[in-house]
Amino acid sequence: MDSQRLTLLNRIKDSDIYFSFIKSPTAIVSSVILVIIFFCSFFVELVAPFNPFDPSSLSLMDAFTPPSWSEDGVAKFLLGTDGQGRDMLSTILYGSRISLIVGFSAILFSLILGVTLGLTAGYFGGKYEMIVMRLTDVQLTVPSILMALLVDGIARGIISRELHDEMAIYVLIFAIGISEWPQFARVSRAATLVEKNKDYVSASTIIGVSNPIIMFKHILPNILRPVLVIGTIGLALAIIAESTLSFLGVGVPPTTPSLGTLIRIGNDFLFSGEWWITFFPAIFLVILAFSINLLGDWMRDTLNPKLN
Amino acid sequence: MLVVAFVSFSLFTFVGDPINNMVGEETSDQERAELRETLGLNDPIHIQFTRFVVNASQGEFGISYQLRRPVSDLISERLPATLELVIVSALIALISGTLLGVYTGINRKGFLSDTILAISLLGVSLPTFVIGILFIYLFAVILGVLPSFGRGEVIDLGFWSTGFLTVSGLKAIILPSVTLSLFQMTYIIRLVRAEMMEILQTDYIKFARARGISEKSIHYKHALKNGLIPVITIAGINIGTLIAFSIITETVFQWPGMGFLFIQAVKFVDIPIMSAYLVFIAFVFVMINFIVDILYYFIDPRIRFKSEAVSG
Amino acid sequence: MSFLKINNLSVDYEMRRETVYAAKNVNIEVNKGEILGLVGESGSGKSTVGNAIINLIDEPGRVSNGSIVLDGIDIHENPENIVKYRGKKIGLIFQDPQTSLNPILTIGEQLIETIQTHLSLSAEEAKNKAINLLKEVGIKDADTRFDNYPHQFSGGMRQRVVISLALCCEPELLIADEPTTALDVSIQSQILDLIKRLTKERNLAVILITHDMGVISETTDRVAVMKNGDLVEIGPTKEVLTKPKEIYTKSLVSSVPPTNKKIERFIIIEKENKIKSETNIKILNRWEKKELRNKDLVQVKNLSKTFDDSFFIESSKNSVMAVNDVSFNIKEGQSFGLVGESGSGKSTIAKMIVNLFRPTLGDIYFNDVCITKIKSNKEMMKFRKQIQMIFQDPYSSLNGRLKVKDIVSEPIKLHNPSISSKDIDSYIYDLLESVELTQQSAERYPHEFSGGQRQRISIARALATQPRLLVCDEPTSALDVSIQAQILNLLKDLQEQLNLTILFISHDLPVVRQMCDRIAVLKNGKLCEISKTEELFKNPSHDYTKELLTLMPKIESIYN
Repeated sequence: MDSQRLTLLNRIKDSDIYFSFIKSPTAIVSSVILVIIFFCSFFVELVAPFNPFDPSSLSLMDAFTPPSWSEDGVAKFLLGTDGQGRDMLSTILYGSRISLIVGFSAILFSLILGVTLGLTAGYFGGKYEMIVMRLTDVQLTVPSILMALLVDGIARGIISRELHDEMAIYVLIFAIGISEWPQFARVSRAATLVEKNKDYVSASTIIGVSNPIIMFKHILPNILRPVLVIGTIGLALAIIAESTLSFLGVGVPPTTPSLGTLIRIGNDFLFSGEWWITFFPAIFLVILAFSINLLGDWMRDTLNPKLN
Repeated sequence: MLVVAFVSFSLFTFVGDPINNMVGEETSDQERAELRETLGLNDPIHIQFTRFVVNASQGEFGISYQLRRPVSDLISERLPATLELVIVSALIALISGTLLGVYTGINRKGFLSDTILAISLLGVSLPTFVIGILFIYLFAVILGVLPSFGRGEVIDLGFWSTGFLTVSGLKAIILPSVTLSLFQMTYIIRLVRAEMMEILQTDYIKFARARGISEKSIHYKHALKNGLIPVITIAGINIGTLIAFSIITETVFQWPGMGFLFIQAVKFVDIPIMSAYLVFIAFVFVMINFIVDILYYFIDPRIRFKSEAVSG
Repeated sequence: MSFLKINNLSVDYEMRRETVYAAKNVNIEVNKGEILGLVGESGSGKSTVGNAIINLIDEPGRVSNGSIVLDGIDIHENPENIVKYRGKKIGLIFQDPQTSLNPILTIGEQLIETIQTHLSLSAEEAKNKAINLLKEVGIKDADTRFDNYPHQFSGGMRQRVVISLALCCEPELLIADEPTTALDVSIQSQILDLIKRLTKERNLAVILITHDMGVISETTDRVAVMKNGDLVEIGPTKEVLTKPKEIYTKSLVSSVPPTNKKIERFIIIEKENKIKSETNIKILNRWEKKELRNKDLVQVKNLSKTFDDSFFIESSKNSVMAVNDVSFNIKEGQSFGLVGESGSGKSTIAKMIVNLFRPTLGDIYFNDVCITKIKSNKEMMKFRKQIQMIFQDPYSSLNGRLKVKDIVSEPIKLHNPSISSKDIDSYIYDLLESVELTQQSAERYPHEFSGGQRQRISIARALATQPRLLVCDEPTSALDVSIQAQILNLLKDLQEQLNLTILFISHDLPVVRQMCDRIAVLKNGKLCEISKTEELFKNPSHDYTKELLTLMPKIESIYN
């Protein structure tokens, strides 16, 4: 058993992917940043210096404190406070958790939906494939923001206002997820078509392996590479989409603010000079998206067999 | 198109009770029933749908719930604003995007290339609204050279109102259009670059080199022409995305266009506007796809001459 | 003095983890009016040398040493100047005519561009020259075809266009890198004849790079043999082929399937990697060896297959009749060959026999049961056990994500659900050893193996269900000729010891002659001729068969 584990570790070390990872400073830096962000968001209750949602800990006296390094700043509020006296750092951390949760869930939903449809469409072909592809074509002409807005708008019309606030996060995840699935479907189908024509699939068919097993045991692992690349970039897009929607006021409800909400709130104070209320959430959002994109870019370059 | 009309229509009919949205709470049930009758909401579905399509094709979309004005009026008022913004942004994005993409595709290494690429990656990571806010802060608040909201002075040309003909109009369009174009531009840069790089690896480029054709010729005559083909499809989809993203930009800059209208509509569940916007967008997309298909026909000889090989 | 002298040429590729020496100190001379063949298996460096002459080596490769003297001038002294020689003094053509031409420019435009790059001619003059060139390479209606796009030409015609492009500025040296490998045998001979004619007419110095010994024998005056970057042997073709000096050359020559006789086994000369002279078929212990009865195992009756382009309507416009009313029988224990060029339908027939496609018309009988009429999956599974297939491409026939043992155990587990894991393991080891692979191979992944070894894994997988019929679809076409010999020997041994019936599909006539007892010749989906192997080769009755036999490149032609 030990020898098996050892070989797995060695295999990873020997693999080209690891090699390229070590050699790429951007990949390492972005991964480190992301790990830190994920960790902080996940364990935000432990990491954040304050709990901005606890009314008892807030005091209006602390409101509008600038960041600690400026003239009127105080050490305990590292990045300053907002209009209600909430610590910026803490709100940002809580906000990023919301952003990440929505982003991840949406993309996961998108991925599962898209890959399933794309894989089966590519494998079975025929009318089914045509219908699925038409669907993706039609939806791809609609920009995802619009799609998400539409779905959200319909949801608001169908569900009553109070219920909507409660379910807002799920609606949002659904909306963003629905808007991104065609990308996954397209990539999966294209990759499936390539794999389907390969002889190992024919070999398994001749042996008598059933279709579902061929699809999920043989084809799926082989199409994961491009799917992962799209997934990473999609994650960045989903996070940006969520923050955009929240900024516009149609995203997460105000009770659970995400980074986008924070930026919107802070925007109102921009012209009166309290720049940090919008600035820091924005910077954080950009760093998050940028790191994900860097990683996605590195993945795309490494996993692309052509550019060797 | 019909599909979209149907979707719009179902929105209209099934999502929420139009009557409830239109009238206040005090209206009696009697009055509601009367209103329902006048609006023809009691008619069978297919009659309503046909009426909808007929009206839509004539540009008649009913009355906005919230603003109590005919939707078609609202749209025609704001259409020019959005279109001007989108056209300017599209031009900026396409032209600079293609130029930079070609440059980084040909010069794969080098400081300038790397910088452009890094900035393009940043561009994809910056949400449009953040860019907008940043620009406003920088240029309007700190530097004070460009206006932070609105369209500036506008000249009315009959059914179109343009901001191009006034200095303040031109000033006003700079920030929003650059903001809007940034996201697309970075996307185009990466796409064109990938295309160029892939083409430069093909056999026919290698063969051209083997025949002694100059690098310059190879880059501009052979590679670029082939590379531009997929860019055309992208350009088409681009305009669509720009229209969609204009929603954001219009909100940030308070640009009185259709996107702004749409956001309000979503917030207040103003169905007529939403459905009208949908139909309009769909129309634009269908048109664009059509034009792109025609362009493709002219540019790619493989499509033009489908006749198969003559053996010999 | 020779026209081209390559001195001590070395080309290195700096890869991520190691440096690959693609060419090591290669010395070659070529004279005007002669064709020098550059032959070698994959990885030999022959293409590298060809590309290096005009400095067309892509990164991360570079010419690390050596000089190339053309007509007395060292053209590599100033690498930037080499551009001047490309096209003007030296022409280069590649293997695949389909990808060598820019798809969005007409061939006329591409010709004129090349001509005007090197010669100062007006557009009018350039056009005339181009049209004359097209005529010279044998393109009919050159005036009209001048304005056609590449995709409007067939493969052979395209290659002629490519040749015209390479020669349009009157170069004195032509480098042809596998110019006919992608073409059918009938077209291949035409292109080779064209090259021979142009060599004589224009007094060209020609380097012909290929892996095909038959082509070398028929086309070249002198030949250079390369292996792993080294120049092994060089001399007049006749000498090198009939009296090879080096061991590698000897083994290379002996691996080539003879075209003029049938031999029992391929002769494999001992090389560095020792091979067992006799295969130990361990799987024999478990094999339920069936006695050979004197009857047909497979009967194919009036088989037809039509492929439709459209989804909903059966329109005769877009349909392709890949197989047209083909019938034949295969006796138990026999080796039956299906021979034809691309588009002949041979692969399609094979795929119908293994039930990958359903025939449009006709039936297939296996052991007296009509398998084309079987509807239920359960019924079909019984036959799936008995009919297995091995494929042409060793790289796509194994799932790169699975270990060898998972690949080979899949059929075992499927057909023997109750088998214990210990039994499976020993079964797998027996299978692997029967194809001359070690037990340790089971824990490895496909990418760790060479092409020939992967084919062995495929064979092991195919044998796992103890099939009676083994369908081999071009199993060695993608392999080097020395590896091919080993695999073919293995197949022969397996057939003999396990009483297998084999359906062997190939376009390579010499190979088929060695492997099969009876042969069917196909053209465009139709059956031209069936007979016993020796009959077919000595007394072909159909015109098409005669044509194929005359045109196939024969290594023995050097004796004439």
